[in-house]
Amino acid sequence: MGKKAVMAGTGVVMLLFLVVHMLGNLKIFFGPENFNAYAAWLRTIGEPVLHESWYLWIQRTGLLACVVLHGVAAYQLSRRDLAARPAKYVHKQSRASYATRTMRWGGVIVGLFIVWHILDLTTLTVNPRGQAGHPYENVVADFRVWWVDVVYIVAILALGLHIRHGFWSAAQTLGAVNKRRDRALKTTATVLAAVLTAGFLVVPVAVMSGLVD
Amino acid sequence: MNLTLRIWRQHSPEDKGAMVTYRVEDISPDMSFLEMLDVLNEELILSGEEPVAFDHDCREGICGACGVVINGQAHGPERTTACQLHMRSFKDGDTIDVEPWRAAAFPVVRDLVVDRSAFDRVIQAGGYVSVPTGSAPEAHATAVPKESADYAFEHAECIGCGACVAACPNGSAMLFTSAKINHLNVLPQGAPERETRVLNMVAAMDGQGFGGCTNTGECATACPKGIPLPSIAAMNREYLRALRKR
Repeated sequence: MGKKAVMAGTGVVMLLFLVVHMLGNLKIFFGPENFNAYAAWLRTIGEPVLHESWYLWIQRTGLLACVVLHGVAAYQLSRRDLAARPAKYVHKQSRASYATRTMRWGGVIVGLFIVWHILDLTTLTVNPRGQAGHPYENVVADFRVWWVDVVYIVAILALGLHIRHGFWSAAQTLGAVNKRRDRALKTTATVLAAVLTAGFLVVPVAVMSGLVD
Repeated sequence: MNLTLRIWRQHSPEDKGAMVTYRVEDISPDMSFLEMLDVLNEELILSGEEPVAFDHDCREGICGACGVVINGQAHGPERTTACQLHMRSFKDGDTIDVEPWRAAAFPVVRDLVVDRSAFDRVIQAGGYVSVPTGSAPEAHATAVPKESADYAFEHAECIGCGACVAACPNGSAMLFTSAKINHLNVLPQGAPERETRVLNMVAAMDGQGFGGCTNTGECATACPKGIPLPSIAAMNREYLRALRKR
């Protein structure tokens, strides 16, 4: 049960990051100067107490720890869960929702996407433009490539489903659910998943439609 | 009603087992599911075959002894126990699949009978209150708020049939364990052992080879006594509280 608490805790931290990340992304609609200045400002958080980019590295370390702990706990718990049900029923009947059934593989998809996403827009290794200090131009160059859009959209949809089930699950694991709050928490999970999915998807859609260029 | 039954037959725990097809005829829609199996077994005995082994006791839906998976659902299509499920829930000519509970912690003993003593070991780890027994205590000696009494009773309804484990894709016993913990932890009589109860029972549950909860909600849907899914959250709350207090 301790591992489940780790899943829930790290999940909530990553979810908070995603909300801020999505809001930051939306600054792209205010034009290149605004967006690039915001990206540059991120490197100055904590100054003058912290040196340049220190805060960013602290956050990156924390998030990396979260991803690793979340993944390792998921792997260990899944192995135990699968071992606890060795024989399947001959008469199959799955009633769990799509979001619930896709938690494991959806999580793997999101994990692989994170690796590609960092190589693409942080290290700029696989970015078609890859000019440091010009995130706006890099993002636009990215989403003009059709398969980048496909990868991104699939990953974000997987992420939305993951949050839809994950947020409420975390609430359940951390003991925040009771009969009175159950419905409200489920609604929150759905709204959160929908808002994050829409917030992340609006950027490639805007580039594809020429709204952002 | 005339029905085709496909029933799991397995001679011994070591036997591989397989689904075997039987026909039953002239079944009354007012029979319970177990009575229908009785009819089948009488025919099997008359024709010199081994009857289908299945657990049952009170046949009133209160003991928790019976329980089979019917068409992929623990206790079948109605929210009740297999003994209180009536054949009117099926249609004439139906093919019905009958399988034992499936979980690593519930090994098949024979046919539809599984060994559920893993539940007993979870109970032994803390599903009790340590009080001196003897003459009945004065009813007003320990005041229990109405809300707590209702909450305790809601969870005390669990009959330990194992449908939650059977329905769970992870073979998890968290709904069962949460019912037992919440039942006692909310009452003043259970308060002295509140922390050790949850820690020991959860440890026993994990030790018996049950899986963990992935919040699919199958358990609460299958539970014939309506133990709700938030009960697992309440157990998690108790568990985290006990960890902090230790």
